[in-house]
Amino acid sequence: MALKIDLDLCTGCGACVATCPFGALSQRAEDGKVDVNEACTACGACVDVCPVGALTLEVADRSAMAAEAEQYRGLWVYAEQRAGQLQDVTLELLGQGRTLADKLGVELSAVLLGHQVRGLGDKLFEYGADKVYLVDHPALENYTAEPYAEAMSALVRKYKPEALLAGATSIGRGFIARVAIQVNAGLTADCTELDVDVEKRLLLQTRPAFGGNIMACIVCPDHRPQMATVRPKVFAPLAPVPGRTGELIEEALNLKDPVVRVLETVNAMQNEVNVAGAEFIVTGGRGVGAPENFKLLEDLADALGGAAIGASRAAVDAGWISSFHQVGQTGKTVRPKIYIACGVSGQIQHLVGMSSSDTIIAINKDPDAPIFGVADIGIVGDLFQVVPALTKALRR
Amino acid sequence: MHIVVCVKQVPNTTQVRINPETNTLIRDGVESIMNPFDENALEMALQLKEKHPGTKVTVVTMGPPQAVDILKEAVGRGADAVVLLSDRAFAGSDTWATSYALSTAIGKLEKPDLVLFGKQAIDGDTAQVGPGVAVWLGMPCITYARAIEIADGEATVERLYEDGYEKLAVSLPCALTVLKEANVPRMASLRGKMAAKKLVIEPMTAEMSGADPAKLGLNASPTRVVKIFSPPPKAGGVKWQGEEPEVMAQRLVDLLRERKLV
Amino acid sequence: MAELNYGLSELALEIRSMVREFAEARVKPVRAELDEKGIFPTEILRELGKMDLMGLYIPVEYGGTFEGDSMPNLIAVEELSRVCIGVSVSFAANGLGADPILIGASDEQKKKYLPPLASGEKWAAYALTEPNAGSDAGAIRTTAVKKGDKYILNGTKQWITNGGEADIYTVFAVTDKNRGARGVSAFIVEKGTPGFRFGKKEDKMGIRASATRELIFEDCEVPAENLIGREGTGFIWAMKTFDVSRPGIAAQGVGLAQGALDEAVAYAKVREQFGRPIIANQGLSWLLADMATKVESARALTYAVVQSIDRGVKDYSKFSAMCKVYASDVAMQVTTDAVQVLGGYGFMREYPVEKMMRDAKILQIYEGTNQIQRDIIGLALNKEYAAAAKK
Repeated sequence: MALKIDLDLCTGCGACVATCPFGALSQRAEDGKVDVNEACTACGACVDVCPVGALTLEVADRSAMAAEAEQYRGLWVYAEQRAGQLQDVTLELLGQGRTLADKLGVELSAVLLGHQVRGLGDKLFEYGADKVYLVDHPALENYTAEPYAEAMSALVRKYKPEALLAGATSIGRGFIARVAIQVNAGLTADCTELDVDVEKRLLLQTRPAFGGNIMACIVCPDHRPQMATVRPKVFAPLAPVPGRTGELIEEALNLKDPVVRVLETVNAMQNEVNVAGAEFIVTGGRGVGAPENFKLLEDLADALGGAAIGASRAAVDAGWISSFHQVGQTGKTVRPKIYIACGVSGQIQHLVGMSSSDTIIAINKDPDAPIFGVADIGIVGDLFQVVPALTKALRR
Repeated sequence: MHIVVCVKQVPNTTQVRINPETNTLIRDGVESIMNPFDENALEMALQLKEKHPGTKVTVVTMGPPQAVDILKEAVGRGADAVVLLSDRAFAGSDTWATSYALSTAIGKLEKPDLVLFGKQAIDGDTAQVGPGVAVWLGMPCITYARAIEIADGEATVERLYEDGYEKLAVSLPCALTVLKEANVPRMASLRGKMAAKKLVIEPMTAEMSGADPAKLGLNASPTRVVKIFSPPPKAGGVKWQGEEPEVMAQRLVDLLRERKLV
Repeated sequence: MAELNYGLSELALEIRSMVREFAEARVKPVRAELDEKGIFPTEILRELGKMDLMGLYIPVEYGGTFEGDSMPNLIAVEELSRVCIGVSVSFAANGLGADPILIGASDEQKKKYLPPLASGEKWAAYALTEPNAGSDAGAIRTTAVKKGDKYILNGTKQWITNGGEADIYTVFAVTDKNRGARGVSAFIVEKGTPGFRFGKKEDKMGIRASATRELIFEDCEVPAENLIGREGTGFIWAMKTFDVSRPGIAAQGVGLAQGALDEAVAYAKVREQFGRPIIANQGLSWLLADMATKVESARALTYAVVQSIDRGVKDYSKFSAMCKVYASDVAMQVTTDAVQVLGGYGFMREYPVEKMMRDAKILQIYEGTNQIQRDIIGLALNKEYAAAAKK
């Protein structure tokens, strides 16, 4: 598929140039007619606005591929486990996966990779999986990308699922990108919405781009499986059905020893509440001003009965707090019951990471701060006065 | 040691705004910059070069002709060689096709011991190209790296995960995607800038890279963008101001208790 | 922004954009902390060294980038000063410390000491002032007695910028106390020389990021080969250094005043009182206009002096003094006015103009007080008009 420009029709009006989200169109110096460059993604935005129909999308013949795609059926979820613990995002994906699989009328399967993790299968069934594919192998004991990708690719080649979802976590994003190349599939990163086009059997993958300034809906027309990593906390798990069971298929693979060796694992959050799964989060931004001032936020977190401490990119970049606390586009996505943003201006990059929180409270002395645009309750005031007052009121 | 660093020219997304009437990105006045995470990858390479004399750093980018700007910036900071992979044939590449194209360009270079990438690009945020190139090159890839040490052909890398970090060991060659925490990127030196000014960069075309034309550009890209739209604005709620902090704090706590949230 | 065309070289323009970007990225975020805690900007100077910016005044043959154009270094000082003169003085003091070497040292001494300064591996300091010898520099009491192939130094230097941080010190000491100023000699003394230690670090009103420290010499043995020029020439090197270094102080004044003006205008445009931005008040916009006019005239004078020195104008002591006195007075006035424009906020540490006003004061004091500068100008006028009358 490519953008075709009929220069005889083009009047040089420039309407398409202004519309292109990728800046791929320009007007030629010599005659003002439109020209397209490498940034074009054939999204079609310009085709619709051209008043004279000079722009068309040329579709290549992909019938051969389409026929092969027909052989792929079923929806898979990568069941991410760490040290034998299933990660929340897996259950969230099973929840959404169940909905999508039912729409498509196919089975929902989980893929469990690890060593001595067979016991986790039951939980996957309880949360909605019809089948569990298990590769239990010493090479998979600690996560490293290469054997994980090898195992997943082998399963995909053999069982041919039409879609494969994984959490957009450090593990999911790390090895699924290898799988996509190995099995010659399309992969969409970091999705925040998923749906299906039942008729065309397409996974509709929506994700933020340009720092969250725009949303893009992406499909994978011919290649299979259609692969996506999905942000944690954007979908909710189903209520587990105790005793629900399914078919466990164990695949004995001959995996090579990992080329990357894990020497040591250091948990930096041992004594802290992790923002990623927290029900209450108190976040500090640039307005906090200095590392020692996070103490005020910790007091409030304590008064809330153990909230996690979050931070905006500004606070992390200033070196006031470690990046494990960062919320936003390049940090973690959170969905707590209460999110209290203190001295956070609310750049779009931050908002995409927290705007689906149940209740958002913002404290900022700038009444025009964008954070107030998403806050359920905004308090215009100095955080150095408001936060201690809140702590006091909560303790009363 | 030969280190290849892949960099991308991106619009500074912190400056990008949406025109609410046309629903399109306002790109006017938005500067093009080296992807910030790629700066960390380049800095990691330059620091390794300082530690290990004789190391050569080659910076590779794929993009339109104006992407030479970021290559010149890289030379200003101390890169030894640069490659601009530029051809209409690459137009519309998604991460699959991009990683293939980059791997063919790297394949034309002296065999690298280390291939570095930024964690992700701030325009696409996919984090897929680094691991993808590694597959094409047949290398292992460690994502989210914040520190590296190299001795006797082996790298020890700190890889960040959600709750902490892991220390990993791997034999070279390998690929790495680098985090912001890794370092503070240097600024170009005066002599580097002068050298960059004199530099003439001839683009490497698809043909020169030896890439299979069937694997390039939009037609070889499995994914398609079918719709672009502005994120739905979330309506703000109430805003309290002009009152004593204690009064507002108490009202908030009362409200949260009433809703049984605390 | 509209600007005058001072005919700056390509190099000078490149340096301006480099240092401006550097100061914004690296100095601005930390200046308040450096000021508050009195932290020396070690990392900042190291990075300037890596960027080839520490040798702008050192000739190419000694590892620097100087090829007859003094503007790049001057502009580097100006641009750093726009953000923090505590940092810019630490940067510029290297040049001050190195100037006696550049002016009076042998080729061998230059080859030994200048390249590491140019690369930024080592830093320099200039040690003239003593407790009882400030404006009256001829009254120094530190002595240097020749003993075999060494000089034995004894005495105390006071308020030495980069003291303790620098590696190479140009130290002025009396070798013949009967000859007054003509009995002063200059020596290169390296940090770590036995008998050379550092005394107390001063707690200052402004430029608090800079190190200002006592140097103590107790039977300090300095190799005789470290004497700059001949015995008794020290005072000449000291005064010639000032003639070329004073425009650097002027550049600090220009940069600092520009920085304060930038803050004042930005604030006046967004601060609203009585329903409109305060810049809409004529009283305030005229104040800003005067500030801007002073800044540009100080810059024009300073650039003209330096460009004239580069073009070979002789007898420039008077002009060096003029730009120093004028630009430093402008800096004091403009920073004070900037605090006024910001009103109560200007008085608070949260805004940078408070620091700028504290910092400005030193410019009227160091490298010859502004009273001494006026003496120099007055003396020159007297001499020049007497000479003209004779003709």
